[in-house]
Amino acid sequence: MKLQVNGVMHEVEASPTARLLDVLRGPLGLTGTKEGCGEGECGSCTILLDGLPVNACLVLAGQAEGAEILTVEGLAAGQLAPLQQCFVDDGGAQCGICTPGMLIAAEALLRRNKAPDDAEIREAIAGNICRCTGYQRIVDAIKHAAVVRAGGAS
Amino acid sequence: MLPLPSFALYAPTTLDDALALLRDHGPDTTLIAGGTDLLPNMKHGLLAPRHLVSLAQIPALRGVWVEGDVLRLGAMTNLETVAAHEVVLTRAAALAEAALSVGGPHHRRMGTLGGNLCLDTRCRYFNQTYFWREALGFCLKKDGTKCHVVEGGQRCVAAASNDTAAALLALEATIELVGPDGARSLPIRDFYTADGIANTTRAPQEIVVAVRVPLRPARASVYEKLRRRAAIDFPMISLAARLDAEEGRVNALEIAVSALAARPRMIRAASQAQGKSLAEVPRAAIAEAAFKECAPLPNIEGDPAWRKKLVRVLADRALRRLGLGPA
Repeated sequence: MKLQVNGVMHEVEASPTARLLDVLRGPLGLTGTKEGCGEGECGSCTILLDGLPVNACLVLAGQAEGAEILTVEGLAAGQLAPLQQCFVDDGGAQCGICTPGMLIAAEALLRRNKAPDDAEIREAIAGNICRCTGYQRIVDAIKHAAVVRAGGAS
Repeated sequence: MLPLPSFALYAPTTLDDALALLRDHGPDTTLIAGGTDLLPNMKHGLLAPRHLVSLAQIPALRGVWVEGDVLRLGAMTNLETVAAHEVVLTRAAALAEAALSVGGPHHRRMGTLGGNLCLDTRCRYFNQTYFWREALGFCLKKDGTKCHVVEGGQRCVAAASNDTAAALLALEATIELVGPDGARSLPIRDFYTADGIANTTRAPQEIVVAVRVPLRPARASVYEKLRRRAAIDFPMISLAARLDAEEGRVNALEIAVSALAARPRMIRAASQAQGKSLAEVPRAAIAEAAFKECAPLPNIEGDPAWRKKLVRVLADRALRRLGLGPA
């Protein structure tokens, strides 16, 4: 089957009935996307499907054919994207399991809202569970990233 | 990790093709809309269809249309779109609020209105892994003969857990279906049954095509949901209320409560508001009567006595938001 991932069209040997998560992590080798609960509760497998965040453990590969997929690997171009750097600088990443999903949910938010407030950020990551940070530092990092992306001071 | 069982996936592009697939593959076939509930259930071994027919590639099922004084929503419209639609927000607010309260943001992008209406009922003894269910000797709803919720119970009482159902009941919606014998429409009141094993009157070979919501002047509606977290969780109580007012008086008040057993319930006491001026509506008495009419069971999370008390709280809150009763 053919899947468009991070701007590149891949021909991949996989069943359309496999979970998209497994096709990304297996044949495509994109292990940045994590499996947490496997039942759509935790958000650690969040990817963008046509620009919108979904849980890759709840999507069949066949449902993603013809769609544009973005995984955490697609955020960085040579060096960490400003959003990722802000997570590093502001302590938004601790154990790291939720981080790829958080980054993707944040990326989706910042694409449609250039200056989100705390409530909008918390709503955007409401499908992503973090057991380390207590969320505040993630919210801070996303807010910081919005400023950096707008050309403000880092 | 929770792997999926094996199955074949079909993605027809027309309703006729979808109906043909349902007919040709027989009873071992299940429809998949967004899949956000079906796939976890398949991972838990709650169902193992050999054929899955996806409705995602059928354009006719997706969209929101205003046709005169009717709002028509395609069954495959995702919940995020429903929640954000201008006409839904302004003229069928309970539906917008209910759609916005389903799961988390990621679920609402995959999850659809039709999928939510046909959501399988939930129970603490059913929504578990095979290992867990086997250890308890299974249950009435799946693989067993015993109900663990009601001792000696012969009818499954798993809870209707779809947020949008209560809202659409209060809003007097109509469900459009198509099946081997053609199209039919029915009021949503006749869509749900008291059987927790399969709580809708949709036949296995039928497809929900759309939902029609009547648009009336001077109509207001609200939705209230009890859950532990403000995201992701299914309702522990789901309550919607709709008011039709004319010249400061109540023409009609309807209250629907769900997440009790398999069938959502219309509160009889809502009729006490009839004909009263908005400020005279006996809000506390109606909320008290709603409390008495509802009997939550130990079928889902949350102490039943506490959930019952919260019916009163949510009813009072909903009526207050509609501007009913003393300030």
